[in-house]
Amino acid sequence: MSRPLKLSLTRRYHFSASHRLHSAAFSEEENKRLYGKCSNPYGHGHNYVLEVTVTGAVDPETGMIANLGELDPFVEREVVEAFDHKYLNKDVAEFEKQVPTTENLCREAYRRLKDFPAARLERVRIEETSKNSFEIRGESSGLGQGA
Amino acid sequence: MIRITRKIEFSAAHHYHNPNFSAEENRRIFGKCNNPHGHGHNYVLEVTIAGEPDPATGMVLDLKELKEILQREVADRMDHRHLNYEVPELSGQIPTCENIAAVIWRLLEPKITQGKLDRVRLYESPDLFADCTAEPNGAGHARGRA
Repeated sequence: MSRPLKLSLTRRYHFSASHRLHSAAFSEEENKRLYGKCSNPYGHGHNYVLEVTVTGAVDPETGMIANLGELDPFVEREVVEAFDHKYLNKDVAEFEKQVPTTENLCREAYRRLKDFPAARLERVRIEETSKNSFEIRGESSGLGQGA
Repeated sequence: MIRITRKIEFSAAHHYHNPNFSAEENRRIFGKCNNPHGHGHNYVLEVTIAGEPDPATGMVLDLKELKEILQREVADRMDHRHLNYEVPELSGQIPTCENIAAVIWRLLEPKITQGKLDRVRLYESPDLFADCTAEPNGAGHARGRA
């Protein structure tokens, strides 16, 4: 017997940015111990990959959960343009007071994307390098469900 | 529970066109995917089976058997085909990643006799994929004709 199905669509986007992991709440020595070379004063950069997963009904007329013609410009505007070729600590207001770890980047990207009108945001996953990645899901984001 | 995943690739052509829409609407909604002569992709399919390993063989499902099922049910049907015209299971549907993934799920589910089909992930390109799973609460989202 066939089970009812759930479908999701995931799109990957790319942006490059620099950051420095450093907290004013810690001493210089503590920062160095905690963040190591990520705390070097002039910052460093990554080629980030942002994965955005949306879910919902597949429109029988279009065969789509969400039209990339709507999703792409939304993600480009809300996240990619805001982060790409920026120094996250200085150029993105939200990171003036919180450390731009990729955990925090995930939460910020989720917050910016959760009101996508055409489908429900299910997950945001960010690869900081090809060796590490971070993800956040709607139900556990602490930021409320998507539309 | 253990999940095992097997990957295959196939290459196919498609285009998006809904006869219920005007030519202009088709172009606006589907963009360049509406080009009448179609275009193609190298699709990558990842199929995940979940189950307990058989204590005698240590396997959830013999990967060789899974490989044969994927060849027969998916590659033989879709590889080097035009998805709009040559795959009857997709007939009347727009061959999007979402719809193809759902069709592949429906083709594979009855053939998996050891373990359970857990996830079908279909990449249309490295930057776009659809996941098809069983709805955990029983209320299906998929309204396609698959």
